[in-house]
Amino acid sequence: MVRNNSNEMVAEKPAEGSEPEQQSTGEQAGSALSSDITSDTDVRESAGVHDRSRRKFLVNSGYVLGTLAVGGALSTLFGCANDNEGNKQEEAAPADDNKETAAPNYNRALMYFTPAQFRIVDSATERIFPEDDLGPGASKLGVAFFIDHQLAGDWGFNGRDYMQPPFYAGEKTQGYQGRLKRREIFDIGLREMENYSMTKYSKGFAALEAEQQDEVLKAFESDEAKLTTITASTFFKMLRSATIEGVYSDPLYGGNNNMDGWRMRNYPGAQMSYANVIDKDFTKMEPTSLQAHMGS
Amino acid sequence: MAKTLPKTDVVIVGVGWAGGIIASELTKAGLNVVGLERGKERKTEDYFMVHDELRYALRYELMQDLSKETITFRSNEKIRALPMRQYGSFLLGDNLGGSGVHWNGQTYRFLPYDFQIRSKTIERYGKNKIPPEMTIRDWGITYEELEPYFDKFEKMAGISGEENPLGGKRSNPYPTPPMKKSPPMQMFVDAAQKLNLHPYILPSANLSENYTNPDGVARAACQYCGYCERFGCEYGAKADPVVTVIPVANKTGKFQIRTHSNVRRILHKGGKATGVMYIDVTTGEEIIQPADIVVVTSYVFNNVRLLLTSELGAPYDPSTGRGVIGANYAYQVIKGSALGFFEDKQFNTFAGAGALGVSIDDYNGDNFDHSNLNFIHGGVIALTQTGARPIQNNPVPQGTATWGKEFKKQSLHYATRTLSVGVQGSSMAYKHHYIDLDPTYKDAFGDPLMRITFDFEDQDREMAKFLAERCADIMKEMGADNVEYMKELGPYEITMYQSTHNTGGVIMGAEPGTSAVNNYSQMWDAENVFVVGASSFPQNAGYNPTGTVGALAYRAAEGILKYREKGGMLV
Repeated sequence: MVRNNSNEMVAEKPAEGSEPEQQSTGEQAGSALSSDITSDTDVRESAGVHDRSRRKFLVNSGYVLGTLAVGGALSTLFGCANDNEGNKQEEAAPADDNKETAAPNYNRALMYFTPAQFRIVDSATERIFPEDDLGPGASKLGVAFFIDHQLAGDWGFNGRDYMQPPFYAGEKTQGYQGRLKRREIFDIGLREMENYSMTKYSKGFAALEAEQQDEVLKAFESDEAKLTTITASTFFKMLRSATIEGVYSDPLYGGNNNMDGWRMRNYPGAQMSYANVIDKDFTKMEPTSLQAHMGS
Repeated sequence: MAKTLPKTDVVIVGVGWAGGIIASELTKAGLNVVGLERGKERKTEDYFMVHDELRYALRYELMQDLSKETITFRSNEKIRALPMRQYGSFLLGDNLGGSGVHWNGQTYRFLPYDFQIRSKTIERYGKNKIPPEMTIRDWGITYEELEPYFDKFEKMAGISGEENPLGGKRSNPYPTPPMKKSPPMQMFVDAAQKLNLHPYILPSANLSENYTNPDGVARAACQYCGYCERFGCEYGAKADPVVTVIPVANKTGKFQIRTHSNVRRILHKGGKATGVMYIDVTTGEEIIQPADIVVVTSYVFNNVRLLLTSELGAPYDPSTGRGVIGANYAYQVIKGSALGFFEDKQFNTFAGAGALGVSIDDYNGDNFDHSNLNFIHGGVIALTQTGARPIQNNPVPQGTATWGKEFKKQSLHYATRTLSVGVQGSSMAYKHHYIDLDPTYKDAFGDPLMRITFDFEDQDREMAKFLAERCADIMKEMGADNVEYMKELGPYEITMYQSTHNTGGVIMGAEPGTSAVNNYSQMWDAENVFVVGASSFPQNAGYNPTGTVGALAYRAAEGILKYREKGGMLV
């Protein structure tokens, strides 16, 4: 029984000895409802694109094109909204003299999720951090790839957490006491989101309208959705903090595509020095990533 | 069958700040010292890719692997303690340099009041000011006696600062000038002065300029890159044991560091230690290192645990109040702060240093009258600019949705428009706050984990509320359009990061019975065992602890050399 996994929210907490709680967590979720959010548009836009990439993928992988040749995993893979965003990143990246054509972004493949899971995560994280006139949302930033890659490693296995028995349900102040690993919590949470969507709207989560997706997420956030093995809000918190991590971690991890997460909030990334601006007024700087440190 | 090695003069358990300082002082004086470090070696080159918030701040690259060892926690004796399965409230260091590598570098000296808190409180307010279950104690040493050791630590680390107008008397100015003043710091200074407070630039172990210390160790100036806490410094600008004292000890040829060596027991006979037993964690081999003197310098929890599992010293019994090992566990009350949102101003919030800031001590210690207040002590209030890294810093006004369109818009907007004034509240000791061996949960070797029994008290709630209001006053004066501050402290929870300033368990005092070590950190119950670190704080002050830990380590080193000559109890 997973309970009180409030530790996942630690990601939002401030630095030592310096900052107060900067993340206000008032239960104001209702006000987030908005009808003009853009991600359903994204899905439509991308629908035309993914046919092209599917064709390309199939050619590259030696599959014979035909209406019956593709089934199972392959047919679902291309439902994801932004499977080509990685390629765009290459085009948008600073010019490389030796580059003749944009290489594909080989990072954009799945280490853990099934394609169906990936689509749910891709659309759910986009609702958590949506595209707007300020810049791209989670989907274009590659957040679902980030989460996939994280679940495949140490973090997904709770490799550095104390996972020894006995397990007891504890007080809220005692933190996560479940025996499930993060990847198992994701498996369960995504399945439950899908079930909830099917029950309520007769469609899978990824196929819902944006407002409906928000309703499902709110039901999880508030524990209105009753799950048996985990609490819905536990999963939601994990999904939310993983989304923020995917938006703002170094692009080396697969999210924060083209450093656009940083750019939107004027965060200059992995700079070596601010000695020249520390005593100055606000200074806008083009971000840099860890990759830039490799050449130095 | 354990392998027994040749005897050494001194064996040190844990090579962080305290262990490193003592190793350097003893080896310079000609002693042979073995340093046993459970983790791996570390060096500045390790931090080539350090500007990685996910890896270091969220995945805890530099911290102890909790799958092997953690602590258990309960709010009070009535409930079952359960393991801290994931990081939250505090971060345990690991590897060479220990927590001294991932600290921020805020290097205060505790106030004179802190060392004589019990007698000075009674003197000014009477006996009834201290609730019966509050077990605060004088340290058995005064600020004046400890001053030369503070001075020594500051010179070794190259602390950058300016004199605290409300602090204890100094024998020398800081070895390097204060850090640069950012625009938010200037706003804090102006506001504090208008409120008749006494601001000073925060004393910093992030060097304000290039510095060569008395041992000849040269280090470069801080680049204000914004990656200190939870990170190592790729410039060596932040003082840590690996770039200061450890190389000095190594240079003598008298210091032997053995990494991957996890000490499990202090061996002792007839009230004296004979050495330690440790595991080479790469082979699993049990090894005995005999020594004339054993110095215990791991983090608070393992200092206490090693004494308890080794059955050295009298374990604390909370039902009778007898015994000392594990008593007086204290922490820090850090949540009483104020957040200011500015609509028309933007700041370089991304830039900073772990110890870049401005502080006031007008509400710390007994610098203000507590006659009409329901608490004693207080804390340092500071505006710090440590680098607002984007995953962990998404301030939005109260009432903002925590996700979706509104959250995105507001968190992007306020990322460079939010400042905070924070406080490090002191933490008093109580009869029912302690650490002992957990009856159920074990570490990777099968040894019991430490169990923490702790919660906030009325003292903490009253103090936090008072200090939060003071922080808000300053933030309003700084001109924020919207100021939010803490209204209720709430219970202590292990899940939310607060501070890695755990203290107590092997406390210092003037006499045995109520304390475990004397003011040289020498154990009353075993004269050749010195237990050094924040474990010796009888209660915690309203400051970061490292400056005081450093001073205590220098004094302990002096004591060990004296003991080596003359033997016997030093006090």
